[in-house]
Amino acid sequence: MADENGRGVTGMDTSRHNLNEVAADLVARARARGVTAADVLVAEGESTEVQVRLSEADRLSRAREKRLGLRVFFGKRSATASTSDFAGASLERLVDDTCDLAKAVAEDETSGLPEESAMATDIPDLDLHDPAAPTVEDAMDRARRAERAAMDADPRITNSEGAECASAHGAVVLANTHGFVGAHRSSHFSLAVTPVAEGADGQGMQRDSWFTVSRKWRALETPEAVGAVAAARTLRRLSARKVKTRRVPVVFDPQIAESLLGHLAGAVSGYALYKGASFLLGRLGQSIAPPHVSIEDNGRMAGRLGSRPFDGEGVPTRKTMIVDQGVLTGYLLDTYSGKKLGMASTGNAARGPGETPSVSPTNLFLHPGGASSDEIIRSVKEGLYVTDLIGFGVNPVTGDYSRGASGMWIDHGELAYPVQEVTIAGNLKQMFRDIEMIGNDLEFRGSVASPTVKIREMMLGGQ
Amino acid sequence: MAQDLVTLDQFSLQEREVEQALARVNVRDVDYADIYFESTIAESVSMEEGIVKRAVKSVSQGAGVRATAGDKTGFAYSDELSKRDLDLAADHARHIVRSPKGDAPVPVTHRPAPAAARNLYPLDAPLTDVDVRERVELLTLIDREARRCDPRITKVMASVAVEQKTMLVATTDGLRAGDVQPLSRLQVTCIAEEGGNRQTGTFGGGGRVAFSFYREQDRAQAFAREAARQAILNLGAVDAPAGVMPVVLAGGWPGILLHEAVGHGLEADFNRRKTSAFSNLMGRRVASDVCTVVDDGTLPFRRGSLNIDDEGTPTTRTMLIEKGILHGYLTDRLNARLMGIPLTGNGRREDFRSIVLPRMTNTFMLAGESEPEDILRSVKNGLYAVSFGGGQVDITNGKFVFSASEAYLIEDGKVTKPVKGATLIGNGPDVLRNVSMVGHDLQLDSGIGTCGKEGQSVPVGVGLPTIRIDELTVGGTAA
Repeated sequence: MADENGRGVTGMDTSRHNLNEVAADLVARARARGVTAADVLVAEGESTEVQVRLSEADRLSRAREKRLGLRVFFGKRSATASTSDFAGASLERLVDDTCDLAKAVAEDETSGLPEESAMATDIPDLDLHDPAAPTVEDAMDRARRAERAAMDADPRITNSEGAECASAHGAVVLANTHGFVGAHRSSHFSLAVTPVAEGADGQGMQRDSWFTVSRKWRALETPEAVGAVAAARTLRRLSARKVKTRRVPVVFDPQIAESLLGHLAGAVSGYALYKGASFLLGRLGQSIAPPHVSIEDNGRMAGRLGSRPFDGEGVPTRKTMIVDQGVLTGYLLDTYSGKKLGMASTGNAARGPGETPSVSPTNLFLHPGGASSDEIIRSVKEGLYVTDLIGFGVNPVTGDYSRGASGMWIDHGELAYPVQEVTIAGNLKQMFRDIEMIGNDLEFRGSVASPTVKIREMMLGGQ
Repeated sequence: MAQDLVTLDQFSLQEREVEQALARVNVRDVDYADIYFESTIAESVSMEEGIVKRAVKSVSQGAGVRATAGDKTGFAYSDELSKRDLDLAADHARHIVRSPKGDAPVPVTHRPAPAAARNLYPLDAPLTDVDVRERVELLTLIDREARRCDPRITKVMASVAVEQKTMLVATTDGLRAGDVQPLSRLQVTCIAEEGGNRQTGTFGGGGRVAFSFYREQDRAQAFAREAARQAILNLGAVDAPAGVMPVVLAGGWPGILLHEAVGHGLEADFNRRKTSAFSNLMGRRVASDVCTVVDDGTLPFRRGSLNIDDEGTPTTRTMLIEKGILHGYLTDRLNARLMGIPLTGNGRREDFRSIVLPRMTNTFMLAGESEPEDILRSVKNGLYAVSFGGGQVDITNGKFVFSASEAYLIEDGKVTKPVKGATLIGNGPDVLRNVSMVGHDLQLDSGIGTCGKEGQSVPVGVGLPTIRIDELTVGGTAA
């Protein structure tokens, strides 16, 4: 299924519908019903996913779908509805339903489309679409090779949850009563493998996974490289121990440090802020981290997974510094949450067809520091290097943080042995202030990316 | 009976078109194939700042075609229900078996569906027929009630979501079974403020129930009071302790422990692949002898219940752990066939876009004999956990985590201060061995559970009596 990431002025090459026409037609139908304003979001997509397990084809899935969402305003009243049926009668019913719903809800002074002047006028090509459509056999082959590379890496890799290779293409059109019509296309390719290892010590199995993902088929890393990393990540978990409860420095590997940026994104979302549901409420312009911390959201980076030329309301995306040298300098806003806070949209409206806009980051990343991950680990006398977190123990309102962790114990600057079944706890407000070192190993493996991060101290709960 | 009412007409399809698509996918080497037709209407209305601002409706329909051959699965779906789209999906699905070109379709004849034995959720009218104004009124009532509870309640957010799903599955072994599955949920979140301290409280409930459920016994107002109470309680909460200690779990929603710690590990797919921490433990002790755990999809009006699963198999009550001994797995057709074990009616999918996986329905521990008060009194120093935010498990190494949203210290056998931010972590195959007391107060949750697996969400229920776990790691910030 498509999201808003993509470009192009027509739908899929194989489309049975001209998405621009469908969108424009629906805006016209809504107008005829006397709405004050309306917008329509249409998305269409195709995807193929193959899964291989122990070298045999395990699963093949193909999908083709489309969806259309209408939002109408009668003055300050608004409602949204969506359907996957593009037939004329169905669209008439959709307009009826949406208008009926809008009349049933309360007036909301803040509601409305973005100002006409805020709409994107220039829709740049951000290089988000690759028409390559790998064959099922080609995808199977990559998955098989990735799994084999993992299984061949070590005799302790004894089983597998399989390897998956997926491709997806999507197109999106947004139209509204300002006369805006914007379209873009995107593609998404990925390869992942999850090996299972068993040690000789009878301590049970471990699994981990590794992946490569890109908007370009040719830019995927080789299956052999993906399999080798997956094997190494899985093997290093074997014979894990519990450690004693105590306060220690904690180093987050890049994959895990990303999750800290995710919590930050939630806290600077305009919706969380105006609802008072953010641990960063009232902190704009204040220092929330040491000066070596800068965090950027940038929707205009060519070829990146979080890029899009305009957001879910047709407002241009842009670069926003969320944290600049330790100071909280920006929020993530759409039109509605921006108005609530007396600010302009930052082009971060996220929305699928039939959804009311919410806010999400585009490409969100922590600027890299100077140290290598080895140097960071060497700086720790005794502490935890975290490679996996589970559970949902994060309170976005208070910043209270407590999650299940596994990783490696750091002893005198060396990775000594694997650790599991422990918790790490603290408060996000303090954790951001305690970012002591940032790695030089920033790599975009998704729309949120972080280098290695060292937190001065957290409470580790274990034996 | 609801099932009898579902026919192909509802999907604007002819009998012949479905038979032809089934024949097309049913080539040599295909052991089993099915087509799942679905039509769902969902509506959600939400309130914040004292007004109902948002109303969202979605209509979706489509069909998923699946073919299995040995342990291989081919799957394709389309949101268009024309003959052409069904045929295309059938061709994609059978691609997995790589039957030689020209392989002849094998015709499928269908036997009449057996008369529906029961309807676990008979509703007079579709949930989506309830006037949206009634839902708006209900939310307004909740806002007033929550604010009335305490002046420190500064924000109230509430939403009501209703869904009406109509499904029909047609299989190559001739089964034709359908169901109409209503589902609704009411959710309230309050924020309480005092000085610079801000805390939240959340409560919700629902099930496969009529809309009148929320009005009966002033349930909606009770939900509002409960969310407000939790938010106010958290204003006075102290930091959670860290370390290993005895933990008492209250009845009801803390049953999420069973769901995470053992339930997922007993889903057949992980065990067929031998990647579960429970693989090879069948017939072995995995819990103390006071623990008996079942999965039961047949409880009337419950969120996790179904008349039939998404493969047309009637749901059942499955014994998972009997007096501490691992007794059974949860199965769908593919895994039951490949493992040679009974079909339990746990083949579920989020919608027509998803493949069938073995999933839980309502999972709970049966009542024991202890007095809940005695269980608390038995603990010198520990944690009493009453409600949880959510949990997660690593199936392979068995480690699970869940986060308490309402918990208290136990000091000298008495429940004392509320604590915040407590996380419990443990090992699935071990945790139930440390259960030394089980209360007689089995309680099912209020109907809010959603379980995620392989990116698919399905509604589930959990339940638990008060239990004592002798040792569990608590992850707090206080030393």
